[in-house]
Amino acid sequence: MGPITRRLAGLENRKGWTAVLLTVLGFALVVPVLNMALEPGHPLHVPTYVVQLLGKYLCYAMLALALDLVWGFAGALSLGHGAFFALGGYVMGMYLMRQIGDRGVYGNAELPDFMVFLNWDSLPWYWMGFDSFAFTAVMVLIVPGVLAFVFGWLAFRSRITGVYFSIITQAMTYALMLAFFRNEMGFGGNNGLTDFKDILGFSMSRDSTKVGLYVATVLMLAAAYLAARFIVTSRLGRVLLAVRDAESRVRFLGHSVTGAKLFAFVVSAMIAGVAGALYVPQVGIINPSEFSPANSIEIAIWTAVGGRGTLFGPILGAMSVNAAKSFFTGVAPEVWLFFLGSLFVVVTLFLPKGLVGLFGLLKRRQRRAMPKASPTPAPKATEETHA
Amino acid sequence: MSRIRSPQGLVALVCALLLAFVLAVAAALPARAADDAAFAQAVEALDQRSFAEKADAVSALAALGHPRTAPVLEALSAGQLFRHRGSERIVIGAYNGNTYALTDAVTGEDAGTESSSRKLAKIVANNTIRVQIENALGSLQLTSADPALRMSAARQALDNPSADAIPALSAAVEAEADAGVKALMERALAASRLMGEGAEAERIAAVETLADTTDPAIRALLTRVANDEAVAEPVRLAAADAVEAIDTRLAVLGVGQDLIFGLSAGSILLLAAIGLAITFGVMGVINMAHGEMIMLGAYTTFVVQQVFRATLPPEVFGLYLLVAIPAAFMVAGAVGVAMERGIIRFLNGRPLETLLATWGISLILQQAVRSIFGATNRQVANPDWMSGSVELLGLSLTANRIAIVLFALAVLAGLAAYLRWSSMGLNMRAVTQNRRMASAMGIPTGRVDALTFGLGSGIAGVAGVAISQVANVSPNLGQAYIVDSFLVVVFGGVGSLWGALAGAFSLGIVNKFLEPMAGAMLAKILVLVFIILFIQKRPRGLFALRGRAFEN
Repeated sequence: MGPITRRLAGLENRKGWTAVLLTVLGFALVVPVLNMALEPGHPLHVPTYVVQLLGKYLCYAMLALALDLVWGFAGALSLGHGAFFALGGYVMGMYLMRQIGDRGVYGNAELPDFMVFLNWDSLPWYWMGFDSFAFTAVMVLIVPGVLAFVFGWLAFRSRITGVYFSIITQAMTYALMLAFFRNEMGFGGNNGLTDFKDILGFSMSRDSTKVGLYVATVLMLAAAYLAARFIVTSRLGRVLLAVRDAESRVRFLGHSVTGAKLFAFVVSAMIAGVAGALYVPQVGIINPSEFSPANSIEIAIWTAVGGRGTLFGPILGAMSVNAAKSFFTGVAPEVWLFFLGSLFVVVTLFLPKGLVGLFGLLKRRQRRAMPKASPTPAPKATEETHA
Repeated sequence: MSRIRSPQGLVALVCALLLAFVLAVAAALPARAADDAAFAQAVEALDQRSFAEKADAVSALAALGHPRTAPVLEALSAGQLFRHRGSERIVIGAYNGNTYALTDAVTGEDAGTESSSRKLAKIVANNTIRVQIENALGSLQLTSADPALRMSAARQALDNPSADAIPALSAAVEAEADAGVKALMERALAASRLMGEGAEAERIAAVETLADTTDPAIRALLTRVANDEAVAEPVRLAAADAVEAIDTRLAVLGVGQDLIFGLSAGSILLLAAIGLAITFGVMGVINMAHGEMIMLGAYTTFVVQQVFRATLPPEVFGLYLLVAIPAAFMVAGAVGVAMERGIIRFLNGRPLETLLATWGISLILQQAVRSIFGATNRQVANPDWMSGSVELLGLSLTANRIAIVLFALAVLAGLAAYLRWSSMGLNMRAVTQNRRMASAMGIPTGRVDALTFGLGSGIAGVAGVAISQVANVSPNLGQAYIVDSFLVVVFGGVGSLWGALAGAFSLGIVNKFLEPMAGAMLAKILVLVFIILFIQKRPRGLFALRGRAFEN
């Protein structure tokens, strides 16, 4: 067993591994089977729209995971992660636009509809290459990665931390939103990119394509989880934690704080980009409102609800908050913002470690309650060191 | 004037004055009579077959300048001038459905009615004559008693300059007492001279008189002259120079305009940002619900306005702002104190969590307002004294913008004085510099926090009052200002009022200057990029607080 596999095995123990594997299999196999193999009337049948919804949630979960890497582990709360997500989405959207070919409203094989509408006579240079899926897949990583690298380098180098970092990342996504609203940018302006026809030759309106996208999302999320796990359990992960807790001390000890944070930020942006790229074909549209600062702050609450600094927590948080969102916006839309707002307050006040922390607390209580005979409770300090 | 020492002297003076008056009247009366005779003759002369002769008669009438000239010429132009068969008088006839009400054209006396149109022979005018009449009437108005009429006549003469108007305009300039009207008349005269066939020197002088403006009509006229091949070379060159001078002046004025619009936008930013600056400075926390405090202030203004409308007479409606300002301060301030005591103090030392919690509060407040007032925009009316505009150095400034600039500066000055001279201000400054040390010296930091938060929120509420005067009031109002006010604080420096002032005004002005060049959105993007680069050089902002705290 090489060092890397050993580190991956550092998912504490075999039990942890089994849990991850079972969850992935459960989502990646059971749900599609229940959807495809069972008749619609069957009590266990999972309708396609639920599969799509789950796929969407899993993209959000991946985004929350990405934020957790920089916020939960490196202590830098980015309020601009929605920008990386949207950029990944736009990259994928450009590929999907090229796939439309001459099936658009104007039937122009050279130009997407909105460019024909704006009287553009040729494809801008930055649209070149998006006919190829391989190129697109690389750009999904590179575009958010480069932005994160440049922005993060500027920010971390001049030691912008805490709320300052939050504010300028928010400004970044706000600026990008304004930029993408402009028709001159060549990304469809207000309407964004939509009316996609097919992906890799599969028609996007077919149920099997939707399920395929869902399975791809599950697998990518698992991969992102493992990558994040690998990073945070590495030496670098230790440095990141130390940066979060006492940045200047780490710097005095001779570590490159800038380098460590930058690495986490770039990887996180790439994960967010992949999440966006998987999200767009599943919802069928990408437009500039994805860049809105409010969206980015919402990611932070998913992460906080689940429990930051836990990797698993954000996935749980994103899925449960978004499930609640779907429920409320369907049943009582006016209650949703009250609920979301209270969630922000309650979680920050009472659940600093989120749902995962709550489970841990309950488990500990249980354990403490069980050996009633022994009067001495478990020493608290040891718990802290493990946490 | 010599001093009169005796009663006899006074009597002599009065007698002399009386005599002089009587003599003057006696001299004037025959002149008046002669005028009337000439006028009657000229009116008679209008009834001609040939249009050329009619035109001469119109000129003669206009030259007489008789008080009745204008109604007669207007009637001719409108086709209401007739010769009445029978009395053979020239009359003005107003048709009212079945009969004509007649007025004697010469005397203006009532001449009865006439039901048969056969008895009335219309004196016809053609378009040439109508244009001639229009110009003549314009010249007549130049000597009108009403300055507004004279002004509009001068304006008309300026917009359609022609050599014909020169005599009337010169006479009017001589007689004019009102400086503003006189200046316009002089320009109209210069424009007419320029169009005339006068000497080259005279026309060049006219160009020079005209160069001294920003009037688009004059610029168009000069451009036309400068490009007109038929005009003599020196005049054309002078006109071209004058156009250039006008363009320079326009450019300078444009810069002034941008500057003032920038100041006005900046003062709104300032109002929105100073509350944020002090809470951020004192407590080190970001209040994401700050925008909602602005919104609450704006809605308070709306409610106060509605109460005034419903219960008080309209005369005092303009005073509602005086009530709205303290009310908005109290409402937003109370919400702020409640937030601090209820939530934020428990998050002490965790700025990122505070940021999220206050964001949550902002969502709740937005939804609450939406549930109470509805999602649609609410209108807040400007009081009378804030509508209208002021002309200053050729710039027109709307009164509400000026009021907001002054108001923002007043709020800033008040806050600065409070921080400088009150004991709570001293406490706030102490906590800003070093919280733990201040606490050790016995400063009640908890109380300071609560009051700071209340003060910051209250100022945001007051900002809401100002913003309600220039924008629609909607539940999302605060969102529009939140990113911008953060940038002001980051740019200016946390916790520094001067930083907020410099930040707000420079952002406002830079934005306005970039807008015409790059468009509103791109301007905003450029400003954001600039700030991101700027904090590379000065991470703590323009006016960084000096302190020994290494890391907060």
